[in-house]
Amino acid sequence: MNELQTILSDSVNGLLSERVTKALVQKAEEGEFPAALWNEVEANGLTRVLVPEEQGGAGGTWADAAIVLKAAGEHVAPLPLAEALLANWFLVQAGIEVPDGITTLLDGDFTLEGGKLSGEAPHAPYGRHAAHGVAIVKGEVALVALEAAKIDPGINVAREPRDRVTLKAAPATAKKASLPGNAMKLYGALIRACQMAGALGYLSTQSVAYANERTQFGKPIGKFQAIQQQLAVLSTQAAACGVITDHACAQADKRGSDAAFEIAAAKIRVDDASSIATSIAHQVHGAIGFTYEHGLHFATRRLWSWRAEFGAGRDWAETLGRETIAAGADALWPHVTAR
Amino acid sequence: MQPFRFDLCELPGETEGLREEIRAFLAEELKHVPKVTRAQTWSGSDTEFSRKMGAKGWIGMTWPKKYGGHERSFFDRYVMLEEMLAAGAPVGAHWIGDRQSGPLLLRFGTEEQRQKILPRVAKGECYFCIGMSEPDSGSDLAATRTRADKVDGGYKVNGTKLWTSGAHTAHYMIALFRTDSAPEAKHSGLTQFLVDLKNTDGITIRPIKDLAGNAHFNEVVFEDAFVPDGMLVGTEGGGWGQVTAELAFERSGPERYLSSFMLMVEMIRELEKRGGDGAVEIGRLVAHLVTLRQMSLSVAGMLEKGENPALEASVVKDLGAIFEQDMPVRAHELLGMAPTVGEGNDYEQVLGYLTQTVPSFSLRGGTREILRGIIARGLGLR
Repeated sequence: MNELQTILSDSVNGLLSERVTKALVQKAEEGEFPAALWNEVEANGLTRVLVPEEQGGAGGTWADAAIVLKAAGEHVAPLPLAEALLANWFLVQAGIEVPDGITTLLDGDFTLEGGKLSGEAPHAPYGRHAAHGVAIVKGEVALVALEAAKIDPGINVAREPRDRVTLKAAPATAKKASLPGNAMKLYGALIRACQMAGALGYLSTQSVAYANERTQFGKPIGKFQAIQQQLAVLSTQAAACGVITDHACAQADKRGSDAAFEIAAAKIRVDDASSIATSIAHQVHGAIGFTYEHGLHFATRRLWSWRAEFGAGRDWAETLGRETIAAGADALWPHVTAR
Repeated sequence: MQPFRFDLCELPGETEGLREEIRAFLAEELKHVPKVTRAQTWSGSDTEFSRKMGAKGWIGMTWPKKYGGHERSFFDRYVMLEEMLAAGAPVGAHWIGDRQSGPLLLRFGTEEQRQKILPRVAKGECYFCIGMSEPDSGSDLAATRTRADKVDGGYKVNGTKLWTSGAHTAHYMIALFRTDSAPEAKHSGLTQFLVDLKNTDGITIRPIKDLAGNAHFNEVVFEDAFVPDGMLVGTEGGGWGQVTAELAFERSGPERYLSSFMLMVEMIRELEKRGGDGAVEIGRLVAHLVTLRQMSLSVAGMLEKGENPALEASVVKDLGAIFEQDMPVRAHELLGMAPTVGEGNDYEQVLGYLTQTVPSFSLRGGTREILRGIIARGLGLR
């Protein structure tokens, strides 16, 4: 880790490990947004990792952002941290000044006419709590205040707010940016993949810790080979996801949106790992892990939600597979080794 | 915290020239080699090919020049390995010596052993096999019973090694023998030896056919075989620690995820004809391929830095074997074509070969269960 990464890691992990308690997540699921924690997240600059220093950010890279994104997933922070981090990056790409407060992602069908944004984002993360939203319309990044928006509350399986945000000719600040047509889905997949890699790391360490504590037949269940073998599998899946998301972020820094190949690979890989890892984590935890009282589900329900957001693994696999087949069998290896 | 560390590792740009050189070499050398033969990759053996590689300087690439090596980086070697494997080059003859036995001798061998043997290995003329497993000692390697009893000027060896790949073509075996049979010396009674398979009386090598009818591995019986003192490797009683270090090399390379790559390529070729069917499955395989390559590269980066990637190598080998073994299953689900032997198109024949071969991928070099046991120990569970 470089100096900025060490600072970011200490800052985000210190803050979230202390403040994201079971009670806090539970309250968030009941609808009480942890506003005080959000303010600290912002005050620590964690939503501005990708904002240049002269605009009040950390001037970081995607490799730096990965640290914050993974921590957000690992600590199951009930905050739109990843979304705001990406929304702010979109604004920077368009040269739009980054506002304070919660800015969320508006993924949906929108039109821009005479500086007015209209349309609907069916599952905007934390839409009800957001002061601003960012949409991408035909290569233009549009920042819009959400006070006049119609908000229909909704949640995902992790009970994170996923609200229908409807805008009718809302005044927007819109500027052209050099982003691909699918930028929202593409970079959305990148932030989710990183969060998922963090959550998978948590599942591994938490399951190992539980297996060392829980005693049956006179010894910790982690002493049984059947459990050890399962936990080994879980840990290798988490390790694979750590690597491929780091790789995707590094390539995003190096190639910009040409890193779509690696971002797709990352979302596919973490999706596959999530199915294996959530199953093992619950099996190792037994009945207690199936209770609301135990916190394991905060991570597993997030993984079940996130794996389908910004393109499920199968969607990205279809894209990647089509491109691979179209390029031809003998093009695969040169392509893989050229990256 | 996870006990593993997989730092990203990008190959330095200067390796690209080597990659191009190897590709050009392989395009010429493998021009007429059938895909099903290429599918054997590092199980396929061609001594003429090994000599050509030696002449190119592609064996012992990282070794000191004074032992016939080329003092190149682990990254150069990595590029060489992955290009050979992806193309299905018949690298089997020199594979063990280059990957494992050479590095072992560099680390633990005597000066005489190194000078006598390593330059020949690097020329692609001298081949190795590994004598670890026995009839009653597979995963439980420390149960090794083949005895090396001290006699005047050396050791007298009695016992049997099993599943010894390439013993019938190898010049030397790096063998793990028991030099102390006391019950309390289960681990500390083991010693590694160099055995000259071509010039030692009392050694019988019998081929064992695998389920596909191929004879890659052997039973090697020692009956009062004399091994001179100078052939002891490392320290007497130090065999266990040396073998453990050696296995890190055995488990760390790209051969642990590329063994079925030829089938992936031929699968795509079949799908090309079918107008885009199977995209989801191929996309998944590509994602896993890319992930495994990054993990494997990360291990190479640790080797380059002189770190010990034993645990990380076990992780990559376990995940890699799943990927390799899954390939014929995916192929079958996707295309439903029958695997063939001796007839059919490239895809069908490669499928025929790999369908029958993949069970060995999670057995050789440490079983899946042993690897996961190592990982579990890393996790602090044992």
